[in-house]
Amino acid sequence: MATLVYINSRNGLAKNSLEAVTYAKKLGSDVMVVTAGNADEAMLATLGEYGASKVMVDRSVATDDSQQLTRLITTAAEAVGADTIIFSHDFVAKAVAPRLSVRLKAGLISGAIDLPSGDSVKVNVFSGKAFGNVKISAGKKIISLLPNSIQPEGGGSACSVEDFNGNVGDSRIKLLETKKPEGEIPLPEAELVVSAGRGLKGPENWGMVEDLATVLGAATACSRPVADIGWRPHHEHVGQTGVAIRPNLYIAAGISGAIQHLAGVNGSKVIVVINTDGEAPFFKAADYGILGDAFEVLPRLTEAVKKFKASN
Amino acid sequence: MKILVCISKSPDTTSKIAFTDGNTKFDENGVQYIVNPYDEWYALVRALELKEANGGTVTTITVGTAADDSVIRKALAIGADDAVRIDAEPTDAYFTAMQIAEHAKAGGYDLVLAGKETINYNGSQVGGMIAEAMDLPFISLASKMDVNGSTVTLETEILGGVQILEADMPLVISCAKGMAEQRIPNMRGIMAARTKPLNVVAPAAIEALTSYESYTLPEAKSACKMIDPENMDELVALLHNEAKVI
Repeated sequence: MATLVYINSRNGLAKNSLEAVTYAKKLGSDVMVVTAGNADEAMLATLGEYGASKVMVDRSVATDDSQQLTRLITTAAEAVGADTIIFSHDFVAKAVAPRLSVRLKAGLISGAIDLPSGDSVKVNVFSGKAFGNVKISAGKKIISLLPNSIQPEGGGSACSVEDFNGNVGDSRIKLLETKKPEGEIPLPEAELVVSAGRGLKGPENWGMVEDLATVLGAATACSRPVADIGWRPHHEHVGQTGVAIRPNLYIAAGISGAIQHLAGVNGSKVIVVINTDGEAPFFKAADYGILGDAFEVLPRLTEAVKKFKASN
Repeated sequence: MKILVCISKSPDTTSKIAFTDGNTKFDENGVQYIVNPYDEWYALVRALELKEANGGTVTTITVGTAADDSVIRKALAIGADDAVRIDAEPTDAYFTAMQIAEHAKAGGYDLVLAGKETINYNGSQVGGMIAEAMDLPFISLASKMDVNGSTVTLETEILGGVQILEADMPLVISCAKGMAEQRIPNMRGIMAARTKPLNVVAPAAIEALTSYESYTLPEAKSACKMIDPENMDELVALLHNEAKVI
């Protein structure tokens, strides 16, 4: 049997796509990739380096309509005889994987954070406050891998890329407009994140957060109150009711660390907390703490990172 | 316009998470259940706003046991007209979604709304599964929704931005932050909720596809290392040499 990986290749090959192919390879079966859109053939061929034997691309699918992509993946899974389908748990997977589960009557594990152990797979539950081990009882399996849970492993050689007709039918959803701020690093897949809360006192002070993010090559994030009062856009809100992230480094300035905020960030590998209040609960979840004023510490940290980058 | 809103219970966001029976069951001891915030703040409240603007009805649907009735009454207190409870333990997302789809197929709903995920299992599965079972378009992670005649315009979250989409009803939509503001039920709503219809229906024969075998809690963090706020070079050195993240 083969393992089929769906990747989103519309904006190039993101790291989370390479993670998904690497994950599939580690499951042991032959790995096929299916994707939609007009991605460059040579670029898709590089997925072979991560373990794919073949990439199938349907160039007729213009949008990420979940009905069309479900039909595409179903057709591809039948064509290659796949019993396991892997996604990266991004916004497309969240719409498509559940549909595919019903269509194929395949058990779906969403938000996997590790390879299967025995016959179960570890996932985040209770918004990152615990882990669950989920077992699939159906014959077919779908696993949607949380970004930044495993590292991509290259080293193989390029693979073949074939045009594929997924019989996707018509879309009943019209895409009117896509709005994407230029130059920002998308938060869900960022490895480094600089975040700030109400301690920053106003949106006009976010320059120092952005300065630090820029020198680090980090994404910016914020706490819920900051998004609610409109200092920052909603898509930057991390926490229980916002985005859950698991970067390598999370720097939090002026965020007290309420349990709902921690739920969104406690998958981070390393947490740095900057706060004037030594009693802030966030220090208990932090690896490194700085008891001090963000207005002084952030610019100082930015300078220290600049100095480090210049000498490395 | 007939709107169906999927309602799940979830533990209060401040609940301490623990497990019993050899880490195979969620410890409900001392846990207060609420309406899952995504279902309540975004899906239900937006549904009520659309009803207030365009007329129609808002029905909630829950797969659960009689223990969930107090959470369902809360949704009625916020303003839903009536509620359906499919009388079964919601064993997995597939089971839950197929039960809801079975009911919704016969209901003639224009919109089926769900929260983007529950805060206990975080699966983001039920909405998409319902859509597939009903062969309807599915728009996920919607942060804005407006209805004009039979056409719905939505803003949805995508990686690093938003998309504006348009589709005709009937539709299934998963709702994210931005759709609406939380509503606190008033005394009149709470009183009225007591007598609103809560229809309990028998489940369809559906088998779950997945099961939770066990749970674990994250390992406790070692003590936080405090750094002199004057000495950010030290922090950078630690992040590079010790934590190896930069």
